[in-house]
Order: sequence, then structure tokens, then C-alpha cells
Amino acid sequence: MYTHIMVPVDLAHADRLPRALETAALLGRAAQAKVTYVGVTAETPTGLGHNPDEYADRLAQFAQEQGEQHGITTAARAYASHDPAIDLNDTLLKAADDLEADCIVIASHIPNVADHLWPSHGGAVARRAKASVFVVR
Amino acid sequence: MTDLPDDTGVPAPEGPSDLIDTDYSIGQDNIEGSVGPFGFDIHNPVFAISGLSVVAFVFYALALPEQAEEIFGALRPWLTSTFDWFFLSAANVFVLFCLALIVLPVGKVRLGGTDATPDYSYIGWFAMLFAAGMGIGLMFFGVLEPAYYFGTPWGDEPLGLVRPFDENGNLIAANVDEARRMALAATSFHWALHPWAIYAVVALALALFSYNKGLPLSIRSAFYPLLGERVWGWWGHVIDVIAVFATLFGLATSLGFGATQANAGLEHIYGLPNNVTVQVLLITGITAIALVSVLRGLDGGVKVLSEINMGLAFALLLFVLFAAGAMTILSEFGRGLVAYVQEVVPLSMPFGREDDGYRQGWTAFYWAWWISWSPFVGMFIARVSRGRTVREFVTCVLLIPSLVCIFWMAVFGGAAINDMVANGADSMVKANVIDNYVPELSLFAMLEGLPLSGITSTLGIVLVIVFFVTSSDSGSLVIDTITAGGKIDAPVPQRVFWCIFEGAVAIALLIGGGLGSLQAMVISTGLPFTIVLLIMCWAIYKGLSAEPR
Repeated sequence: MYTHIMVPVDLAHADRLPRALETAALLGRAAQAKVTYVGVTAETPTGLGHNPDEYADRLAQFAQEQGEQHGITTAARAYASHDPAIDLNDTLLKAADDLEADCIVIASHIPNVADHLWPSHGGAVARRAKASVFVVR
Repeated sequence: MTDLPDDTGVPAPEGPSDLIDTDYSIGQDNIEGSVGPFGFDIHNPVFAISGLSVVAFVFYALALPEQAEEIFGALRPWLTSTFDWFFLSAANVFVLFCLALIVLPVGKVRLGGTDATPDYSYIGWFAMLFAAGMGIGLMFFGVLEPAYYFGTPWGDEPLGLVRPFDENGNLIAANVDEARRMALAATSFHWALHPWAIYAVVALALALFSYNKGLPLSIRSAFYPLLGERVWGWWGHVIDVIAVFATLFGLATSLGFGATQANAGLEHIYGLPNNVTVQVLLITGITAIALVSVLRGLDGGVKVLSEINMGLAFALLLFVLFAAGAMTILSEFGRGLVAYVQEVVPLSMPFGREDDGYRQGWTAFYWAWWISWSPFVGMFIARVSRGRTVREFVTCVLLIPSLVCIFWMAVFGGAAINDMVANGADSMVKANVIDNYVPELSLFAMLEGLPLSGITSTLGIVLVIVFFVTSSDSGSLVIDTITAGGKIDAPVPQRVFWCIFEGAVAIALLIGGGLGSLQAMVISTGLPFTIVLLIMCWAIYKGLSAEPR
């Protein structure tokens, strides 16, 4: 059904991801699709790495662990952004195009009033992506 | 956005750099949570102390305006007259230090690692440097300062300036050329190498310790070589809080004064009422546009506005250049540049001078002002300068903006002085700068002497307003980063908070009074920050020496 599943991940808040990761793994196994974990980092040092390279290493390790844990084929793709707080949605959409992903599994929070001002990333990606999008709450 | 194209997720390394080995993890002191539906991720305690102390000072200025005026109003002249030698000496150190970095082998070090590539084109980069650094000042002082020095009857003329007017205000033709030369040199002195060296030092320290050493993008990081791990404790908190404080009050008081200036211009040209209501509306409008800009982010908002601003400023520059006589003004630039080169050393001398009014009232004031703005502008420059070599960085931040500023002053100042010489007592510039000191109208007075003044004055007001927007949006990003412990990806509502907070502080001070006293206080932060900058020079050299070239 799907050949390439993209899973946006925020490694700083990996504790909020399990349901989305499980969903992606289920789909990946069922469709025998490759699952690529996409992360967006700042170019300045962050808590996840001194520079984008260290972040990319960490993301690759995360992808490998997911692959071993769920028995699926995984990869990782890191993007560095000038202003990740704002550029995130555009970067994820670009990643989906770059990867030619035909499915996106993205974790999102339960909608609240703030979404009227700042729509959730999951919602924004679902609205604009060409691929199928699973928004996991 | 920079793509790291590699399917394995391990992109080509940016090249080796000398990372500092610290146990501190960025964001470890942060508190994450939400206020209602809005998330936050703030540094504890920098966010709270900065916010609360700003509120406390605003209340103080509003509750006891006379006392605040008395204390802070007296503080600034005391500082600039007592420590003028210190400000002048330190600024000279910064210029010499930057010039040395251009020629020393450490100039080869690349910010972000040996293989890093620049994030922005030269045009986008320069636009952001200028818009954040001094755009609004060029609009305000471009006419005022040269015209003022040329005709000042108040005894604060720069070193050796011969007065071109006699006691009755009549022109002394023989003195005109020399007075013009000195007025342009003395103005350029305040806008060229020295201020840009101040910005370059702060920006370089932040960029180096963040991109190459792996420390958070925060003022405190430059102190790691001196303080070691203590920089993550109270020492660092104090440094960051002062930086936030100076940035927020610097922006808010400038916004308040900017609104009164724009209002004066609107009254002058369109007859709009000049009152607090209009000024509050102006601040609200500027803040609203800045809000849209910060919500669109660095690339989609701040950079775009900066480029629009540069385009408009360039158009105005070209217009004044041709309307006032291109050949005359170009030769003015040549003479201004030569005069600057000839006079920069005598004007930089901290001792053995008799021009106290100029040296203390103008130069020391300017140096304190640039230094108090340096955490904000330096941090913003650092944010957009990754991928440049130190040599390229210093050359581009020091020499090119200096030349542009000298050119700007030659065009605007030259046109203003020509107006004073050609029209004598009928000169609008002279009427608004010398006869009656109405500084906010000086630019418009000069434009009135040229054709199409209705259009160009409107363009002038638009530029003043948009320059404020570009200061306000970049300032909000900087404050947000510092109060989030160096994170640039903190939740968006935070930068919205700072942008609105800054507008609110400006409105409160405008309505209640206290803009002047708090601006004086901000400038006073220039003294401790001068010491901070001197330490930064040492830290930069130490940091660069350890970098692979």
C-alpha cells in the first residue's frame, strides 16, 4: 500500500512520540515500507547536539534503534533550519517531497484554543501534504 | 533553511572545530510548560528576572517620575564626562583589535567549522546588518549631525572646527570649506569604524563560542574562557539579564521617541495632530507589523523587511544624491572620506584635547550608546553570520558598513550643509537645527529644499517606521533567544510576548513620562558593557587561537 513512510520526530520530546512511532511501525511492517525519521534542528547548538552534524548522528541512531525494536527498515534525515520554530512545517513538507514519501505519520497534541492562532504542525502538514497523513493523538 | 542531503541522516561534516567540553546541556535550566493553551520553554531564572525587573523599573519611572529623571538624567552626563577617556580608549582598542584580526593568521578561521558555507547572500546579510545596526540612526542623524557641527553656536564643535557663521549668523565664506570638511569627518567618526568594531566584537564572540565551541547562543557563552563552568550560574545570569534589560529598554525607549519623531514629521507634512493618541497608534501599528514579521520568522519576515528597507533607503539616497547635484556630492564623499582618514586619529584621542563639549557630549555618548545596543545587534549579527571566515566577517562588518555610512553622511550631510550655505538665513535646515533646535524635523527640512519634497518626505516617514519595525522584530528574536537559554526554537508565543511587551512598555512610558530617564539608564549600561566587551576581545583571541584554520 505504501512504499515510503515519513515520521517527523522531535527528539527533545521523544516521550510524546510512542503512539506515532508504534503506528508508523505497524504500517511499515504491514506494507513492508521503509520508514524514514525526519528531524529539524537549529544551526546553533541545541540540547541534542553542538551542531547539525551531531544532531544528525543522534537521529540516525534513533532510527537504527527503531528499526531493531520494530523489525522494520529505517532511515533518518536531518534538516537544519535558520528559524526552526517558524520554518518547521515548510521543512517537513519539503522533506516529504525530497523523500518521495507516500505516507506521513505525525504526532500531534489534542486540539485547543491556541490552535486557532498557531495551528498544530500535524494539522498544517495534513492540510498541505500531497501524501496520506496520519495525525496521531 | 539549509538541507543536509544525505539519506543516511549523517551528512558530510561541517569540518572540525574546537568544541568546548562542558557538562552543561543547552536547555537544562529551562522550564517547560504552558500558560493555558500556550506552551513556553524559558530559562530559569533569566526570563523571570528580566521580565520582572523591566516591570519594576517601568513602575518606578511612572510612580516617581521626578526622582527617576533626577537620578538617571544626571547619571548619563556624569558617566560620559567622567569616563569619556575610558569609552574613547576602549573603542580604539576594539577598532585595533578588529583590524588586527583581518591581518593575523587567525582570520582564516571559519565560523561554523572549516567546511561551513554562508547561510545568506551578501545582499540579504548586509540588509540585516544595517537594518538592525543603525538604520534608524542614519535617518535621524544623517542631516542633523553634520548640520549641527557645521553651525553649532553652543561651543561643542569638534576638534579645531572653525565656525562658518559670525555672531550675527552671517556666513564667513573663507571658513566654509574647512568647517564642512571637519563637520563631515566628525560625523563619520561616530558612524564608521568605531561603532561597527563594537558590533563586530560582540557578534564575533557570540558566533565563535556558539558555532565553533558548541555553547548556547547567549551573551554569557563568551565568558566561558574567563569563568569556566561558573558561567552557567549567577555570573552568567547577571550578564544575560543586563543584556535583555538593555535591549528591551533600548528598543522600547527608541520606539517611544521614534513615535514622537514620526508624529512630528506627519504633523509637518500632513498637518496631523501631534498628540499622545497618534503616537500610541503609531507604536501599536509598528508593533503589529513587527508581530507579523516575527511570526513569519527570520527568513520570511525579518530578512524580507530588511531588504525592502534597504531598497527604499537606497532609493532615497540616490534621489538626494542626484537632486542635490551628484558631482558635488560625490566630491563631497571623496573629501569626507579623506577628512575622516586624516582626522580619525586626532578625534579618537582620549587625552590632551580641549573640545570637551564634543568629546564628552557627543563621542562618549555615542560610544556608550553603541555599546549598550551591542548585545542586541551583536547577537543578531551572530545569528546570521554562520559560514563566514573571521577575516571576511570582520572586513564585511567593519569596513563596508563604514564606507556606506561615510557615503550616507556625505550625501545627506553634504546636501544639508549646501542648503545652509546657499540659502543662509532662509535655510530650512538652519532654521530647524541651529536657529531652533528641532532635531526630529532636520531630515524633512533638508528634503524640503529639494524637488518632490512631498513624496520624499513621505518616503522618509515610511523608512523611519519600517526601520523601527526591523529593530523591533529582530530585537524580539534576540530577547527570546537569551531568555530561552540560547534556544532559537522556543515556542512561538514567547517571541510574540516579547514583541508585545516591548510595545506595551513604550506606550506606558510615553503616556506616563519617563522615556528620557529610562533611555539615559540604558545608555548607562554602556559602562559595565565596555568592560564586558574588553573581556570579549581577550576571549575571542583565546578562542580563535585554539581553532583549526
